[in-house]
Amino acid sequence: MSLRTPLRRVLGAGSAKEGVQHWWQQRLTAVALLPLTVWFVVSLLALPSLDHATVTAWMRGSWTALLLILLVLVATWHSQLGVRVVVEDYVPAPGARTVTLTVLSFLHALLAAAGVFAVLKVALGAGA
Amino acid sequence: MPARPLSPHLSVYKMSRYSLATSILNRFAGVALSAGLLLLVYWLMSVAAGAGTQARAAQLLSLPVMKLVYGACIAAFCYHFVAGIRHLVWDTGRGLERSQSQRSAYLVVAVSIALTLLLAYCAFVLKGHAS
Repeated sequence: MSLRTPLRRVLGAGSAKEGVQHWWQQRLTAVALLPLTVWFVVSLLALPSLDHATVTAWMRGSWTALLLILLVLVATWHSQLGVRVVVEDYVPAPGARTVTLTVLSFLHALLAAAGVFAVLKVALGAGA
Repeated sequence: MPARPLSPHLSVYKMSRYSLATSILNRFAGVALSAGLLLLVYWLMSVAAGAGTQARAAQLLSLPVMKLVYGACIAAFCYHFVAGIRHLVWDTGRGLERSQSQRSAYLVVAVSIALTLLLAYCAFVLKGHAS
């Protein structure tokens, strides 16, 4: 017999109401990354070369810049969610775990900021 | 560490079981792609820093050993992509029967190998981008 009230079951929320947050965000970012990564791979392969002039001309396109920023943000968030679970599974010592998770969080924030900054710098024309 | 057994018990299972192999491979691929993100952002930053810096970064990025890295990234991406779709299908409650998941395990491996070969061919042979 379940002790949960019918209302609680209908609302679908767990006791803390945010138990599924990590799981759901991982799925949302996964779904978003399907088209984003396909676009990125196909676009890179479609470029005639990867020299500076070609790549910057490509990145100056509004859609390219927009999608690249989305790719960097969603990929770093998805990566952060995934790596966090791996550390939680395989680093049992609480101290080492906290330190590792902190370092990885900072690293992912740095990657996201650097990626967005780089795309914006080129797209907005500051990159020579 | 507590004296009791701790999850996940990596060493007590037969890794030849298809479900375990596909699952842990997905994790390895995901972690490898996280490392690949470093490469992507490094490349974006080098482009943003200007033609001279990008040319210097390109010297590093076109070292022979980098071909191995790109090959690994391509394989990891293809596997994680296909295995991820399998997980998303599972999340809808479909394909969870043992026979179905066994079939999809082989399908994931076959499709991701085919996709890896195709992408590697495009990147290394057709375009020479990665060289």
